[in-house]
Amino acid sequence: MESYEIKEHDVLVIGAGGAGLRAAIEASAQGVSVGLVCKSLLGKAHTVMAEGGMAASLGNTDPRDNWEVHFRDTIRGGKNLNNWRMVEIFCREAAERVAELEEWGALFDRTKEGLIAQRNFGGHRYPRLAHVGDRTGLELIRTLQNHGIHQGIDIYMECCIVELLKEEGRVCGAFGFWRESGQFVVFRAKSVVLATGGLGKIFRVTSNSWEGTGDGHALAYRAGAELTDMEFVQFHPTGMVWPPSVQGILVTEGVRGEGGVLKNSEGRRFMFDYIPDTFAAETSDTEEEASRWLSGDPEARRPPELLTRDVVARAIRSERLAGRGSPHGGAFLDIAGQRNAELIKRKLPSMYHQFKKLGNLDITTTPMEVGPTCHYMMGGVRVEPETTMSTVEGLFAAGEVAGGLHGANRLGGNSLTDLLVFGTRAGFHAAKYSREQSDTIEPSKQLLKKLEKLALEPFDPERTENPYGLMADLQETMELHTGIIRESDEMEKGIELLQALKIRGERLHVEGNRQYNPAWHYALDLRNMLCVAETITLAALKREESRGGHTREDFPESSDSLQKVNTFIREVNGRMIHEHREREPMPEYLKKLMNLPLKEG
Amino acid sequence: MSETLFKIFRGERAKGELCGYSVEVTEGMVVLDAINQIQARHANDLAVRWNCKAGKCGSCSAEVNGKPRLMCMTRMDELPLDKPVIIEPMRRFPHIKDLVTDVSLNYEINQQIRPLKPKPREADGTYRMQQKDIERIQEFHKCIECFLCQNVCHVTRDQQVQEFAGPRFFIRIASLAMHPLDTLNRLKELKDVFGIGYCNITKCCTEVCPEDIAITDNAIIPLKERVAGAFYDPLALLWRSLTSVSK
Repeated sequence: MESYEIKEHDVLVIGAGGAGLRAAIEASAQGVSVGLVCKSLLGKAHTVMAEGGMAASLGNTDPRDNWEVHFRDTIRGGKNLNNWRMVEIFCREAAERVAELEEWGALFDRTKEGLIAQRNFGGHRYPRLAHVGDRTGLELIRTLQNHGIHQGIDIYMECCIVELLKEEGRVCGAFGFWRESGQFVVFRAKSVVLATGGLGKIFRVTSNSWEGTGDGHALAYRAGAELTDMEFVQFHPTGMVWPPSVQGILVTEGVRGEGGVLKNSEGRRFMFDYIPDTFAAETSDTEEEASRWLSGDPEARRPPELLTRDVVARAIRSERLAGRGSPHGGAFLDIAGQRNAELIKRKLPSMYHQFKKLGNLDITTTPMEVGPTCHYMMGGVRVEPETTMSTVEGLFAAGEVAGGLHGANRLGGNSLTDLLVFGTRAGFHAAKYSREQSDTIEPSKQLLKKLEKLALEPFDPERTENPYGLMADLQETMELHTGIIRESDEMEKGIELLQALKIRGERLHVEGNRQYNPAWHYALDLRNMLCVAETITLAALKREESRGGHTREDFPESSDSLQKVNTFIREVNGRMIHEHREREPMPEYLKKLMNLPLKEG
Repeated sequence: MSETLFKIFRGERAKGELCGYSVEVTEGMVVLDAINQIQARHANDLAVRWNCKAGKCGSCSAEVNGKPRLMCMTRMDELPLDKPVIIEPMRRFPHIKDLVTDVSLNYEINQQIRPLKPKPREADGTYRMQQKDIERIQEFHKCIECFLCQNVCHVTRDQQVQEFAGPRFFIRIASLAMHPLDTLNRLKELKDVFGIGYCNITKCCTEVCPEDIAITDNAIIPLKERVAGAFYDPLALLWRSLTSVSK
């Protein structure tokens, strides 16, 4: 057994995107010792990719907005599956969390009065997204980073976590290794905050970076924590589709927020044909009304391009299947016909740059080709809304890795604010929990030895499986069998294929040594990816209805009885246990908000 | 579809050599795609940093045919493919393995910069700033910390001046010094700790910036002028002392 480097903290935060940084800042402000582990270099986490903005009912751009309308929009967008208490906390605290970033240096685009400007986005009744052009995520992570480095937090860069350490039913740290040296490190902590983000890398077409391998979901699951709503994966309607090397890269919803329209190969604005009944009352039904909305008429209703992401993604797919897709199998997204070049470059600079550079296309003159791409995981670790504690003592989760807030479909702009609101709460409550513990539990030598062996197995020369090949096969399996449209036989086949992939996963082989070896990192990531792929497929197979991000060809309608239940998955004696449980009914004071007449004019 | 030869620096702690790999080139491909293809097919353990693959995280900096670039934003069709494509790690930073270098120095410099010290909020609890007053700083905030400017700046690269923060951090200090809410005077440390005087405005940093930030014109020169005004201009000093007396 090697001798391990040991780091000891009151609170260990795993993941250094928006949620992890915000949690670490808050825990540190509570006066406890905090360690922050990043898989990459600090400031490179997937949060930098967020483009459009962060939703908070500041009411700067439209004074009719308030937390109650934000609550209503979020639940409607989530198709009533959200944990209502989380949504309430979120909408009440959003404005304060966003405003606080200004004190730390963030510079949002301004209104004429000099306040934080807000942009329209899908599913939000009023312009609600604080933003910086189309690079809001970069502003968020850099602001937190530059504030966080002065808060006495110990930051561990390029460190991968293999497993959480748990003794006596309580989490007591984590076991990992430094990517640079390949040497192991043991983190001892009184509490652990998971802020590891998403899992989009299990699909072939994805907007996620290589880091999005579901680490936190899998770590929590293996530690015995309950996962919730794992069937709900968000496919963003607008990813790049051409050229092949950029397939899946995100095209911000901000394009539609700024007036961009979707057209099929016949030049028709097809979203008018896909307006669901629930949203009919507040969606334009003519191009004439939609263009009045764009020119700022408060009486006009929102254009159908700003319907929720699940609706738009399915519509693009349907148009393609009907033979009305764009040349490379997507739809046309046109901002050039709606806005002048100067405004496009000012409000969507990175989209302009991205298409110019990677697609040889000028978005100020030519429509973009776009299609659905795996973007976000609504499901995740089940947490207690107030504290973000999971079902395992001492284990907290915030951000994309946590489930419940977004229900069956997340509204654009709610994710960045989620990082702030629940990142803060996770940091606060993890610190409080740690202070209440008398001492750190020591992980047993046997446990560490077991983990060391597990992590080094891929170097066994008897093994033959190439991690890159297995990853590609996993992505293809998920794409084909549990992708944007699902069907029972396909998913059952998918589960079988996943079992075969898991067996191959036990034979993964890595060449070379332990120093900065990406094949080794992938081999360990794959263990997590295979685990979350199975939970998603199982959850999707068992929900026999279509709702939000989960679309079943064999059950195209939403079911009233399934609306009442959420999905829960946990490991019991090595077996994956699935359960549907009824949600607590929404209290009257929140129910009233769902039917509030909207103030017009 | 065609085959192109890549020559990639492989080795550890600066000991190594260029190794050749054949790459199948498809339409629209970028250099990072080629690297990922080589990892998957020929060299599983080829070390490289990358994250977003969309020019937003600044992780995949390297020297492509001797030019500092982001690999994810360098299209293959802009390179001469009849000759081998040569990929080397950034030269300024201590080498770790293959294309990965030790960029921790940058994080240490950033740590030395005092964070924003904002003025109090308005009576209504807000901060009011006009768009035109923040536009230049928003340009600085576009920085993705790819460190290509730190890599190429000859003050750091050739002269190895220690008391010199480098272009990335002049951008950062400028974003604080020009911030409408900041209340600190940062000129003394800019001169003494961060060594802005060493920059002689060759604009190499601006040329390599993948975000097209006008590093020299919009950040470094105005900062140099402020420093010069504060410490080296006797007339300005006299004027300021007179006006401050008259207040």
